[in-house]
Amino acid sequence: MLRYIIRRILVTIPVLIGVTLIIFTLMYFTKGDPARMILGDMATEEEVEELREEMGLNDPFLVRYGNYMLDLFHGDLGDSYVTGLPVTEEIMARLPVTMRLAVYSCALSVIIGIPVGILSAVKQYSILDNVATLLALLGITIPSFWLAMMLILVFSVNLGWLPASGLYGWQYYILPVISISAVSIATITRMTRSSMLEVIRQDYIRTARAKGQTEAKIITKHALKNALIPVITVIGIQFASGMSGAVVNEQIFAIPGIGKMMVDAIKARNYPVVQGGVLIIALLFSILNLIIDLLYAFVDPRIKTQYARKKEKHKPQELAAGGEEVSA
Amino acid sequence: MGNLIEVKHLKKYFKTPHGLLHAVDDVNFNIAEGSTLGVVGESGCGKSTLGRVIIRLLDSTSGTILFNGRDITHTKDVKSLCREMQIVFQDPFASLNPRMSVSEIIGEPLRVHGICRHREEVDKRVKELMDTVGLAQRFAQSYPHELDGGRRQRIGIARALSLEPRFIVCDEPVSALDVSIQAQILNLMQDLQDEKGLTYMFITHDLSVVKHISNHIMVMYLGMVVEMSESDELFDHTLHPYTKALLAAIPEPTLKRTRKRELLRGEITSPINPKPGCRFAARCPYCKEECTKKTPELREILPGHQVACHLVEEINGL
Repeated sequence: MLRYIIRRILVTIPVLIGVTLIIFTLMYFTKGDPARMILGDMATEEEVEELREEMGLNDPFLVRYGNYMLDLFHGDLGDSYVTGLPVTEEIMARLPVTMRLAVYSCALSVIIGIPVGILSAVKQYSILDNVATLLALLGITIPSFWLAMMLILVFSVNLGWLPASGLYGWQYYILPVISISAVSIATITRMTRSSMLEVIRQDYIRTARAKGQTEAKIITKHALKNALIPVITVIGIQFASGMSGAVVNEQIFAIPGIGKMMVDAIKARNYPVVQGGVLIIALLFSILNLIIDLLYAFVDPRIKTQYARKKEKHKPQELAAGGEEVSA
Repeated sequence: MGNLIEVKHLKKYFKTPHGLLHAVDDVNFNIAEGSTLGVVGESGCGKSTLGRVIIRLLDSTSGTILFNGRDITHTKDVKSLCREMQIVFQDPFASLNPRMSVSEIIGEPLRVHGICRHREEVDKRVKELMDTVGLAQRFAQSYPHELDGGRRQRIGIARALSLEPRFIVCDEPVSALDVSIQAQILNLMQDLQDEKGLTYMFITHDLSVVKHISNHIMVMYLGMVVEMSESDELFDHTLHPYTKALLAAIPEPTLKRTRKRELLRGEITSPINPKPGCRFAARCPYCKEECTKKTPELREILPGHQVACHLVEEINGL
């Protein structure tokens, strides 16, 4: 198991290098001049040119990329063109906000999505099931940014119950979390429902009934565990898309997270911040994927035994080798 | 010995969008303690439904089921019934939870019913059960997908035995296995019956399987019993045209083709809202007008041999 984890972590390194190459290339071909952005419209062409030279913007592509990667391997993501602060510091200041949003949204969607999905499947075609399926359909089809604006319109502007923007306390989280998690609640509900429906019809559920097991235990112990793998996959994807959904939602709700930082940085042609932000999100994606793969083994013991089997195979060989030494 | 199971006028209808599906229609039979009743019929004739209704996995539409003289048709306490009546399911590939190890599968009923309170007790009992059904101890921590069909069915049998029931419904326990394994499992089930005095209801579509292990045989067609008698009697004096056709379908390894076979033609009629009349009429080579108008009732034609056919005397020259 440990070997598997280490191998997976090593695999993420080339992935991250690929990500830097792509984002660096994209930024290279983007129109706009950071030097001009920094100095403003009043600066002369000579002043801009001088700054370009100083920032290394006139170097050939490969030289610039090489320098960037060299710094990266020293743990240096560069300095922000706008504030002059190290990008690492900028990210670290904003990452907790985005992570908190993503975690809250994910937790909310799991807490609502899985139970509703189970009930929907167990009471198929009941009123509850029909209402839940309809709401889930709405949740998937309504765009997040539109929902966010409608929430602000209703709860902040008209009713005045909740703040519309900023981040100064727990109540500021409510609207953004709802608007980010709407899609994932809907997706998780639908996934749990269809996955449970499939499992509930299986023969071994009937076997559990024949054992005299209670209905609640049959649902949680026999059915849910078997239905959970696709649900976990969806939760992982939703958590990740919750982080990217943060880009739009942070903008709408004016929340100082990674998403808003990157949108602002793109507007200002603040290359190091954009590159750093993308890199950190890619890293989080990879870690998340690894966690989900490990969760599979937790939910499905068959996967765990596969790892155990591999270990067992090595043991007898070692023993045989030891025996030979003794006889020699 | 007395009757362990008595079934009277048992009916099970399912509601479908097209009407009522008559899965089991007015079935009567008894099973004596320690004996085996073979239930034979083609796919969809209601034999599995019958088995599940009797052990109360499904609720009956009407009729009564007596277990050891006690009416269990509507009893609420299905859980304690599980300790008296168990079932071995047809498909050992689908009927075992793939996320549970062999010892968990066999041990779960013991925990559910509070028979063994400690882990060691459960483990000990599971080991005994695995010995009983001939499963090697080394498979205790395996998962079902790692084992072949025969071993899986042994798990299913061990699971059914774990609560020490008196009556077991065997719902096509060997139909998913290949022939060499079938014999092993059948022998195991017979040994267990001799050892523990079990009563079986053995459901199958294969007459050759049921021939050797049943005391009585009941032939079903579209939810109704068409013929019922002692096992040998049924094979010696087959009376109902459907049973004859079933027997003719048993392959016999012979070089000379001397057998006259009666092969069935036509499709099985729909079990949804069936019309009055003999349900086999549409495929029966002897069908007369009478057969399509009146539903035939089970009549005792020979001593202990019941047949549901208007023309049985005529066909068999009795």
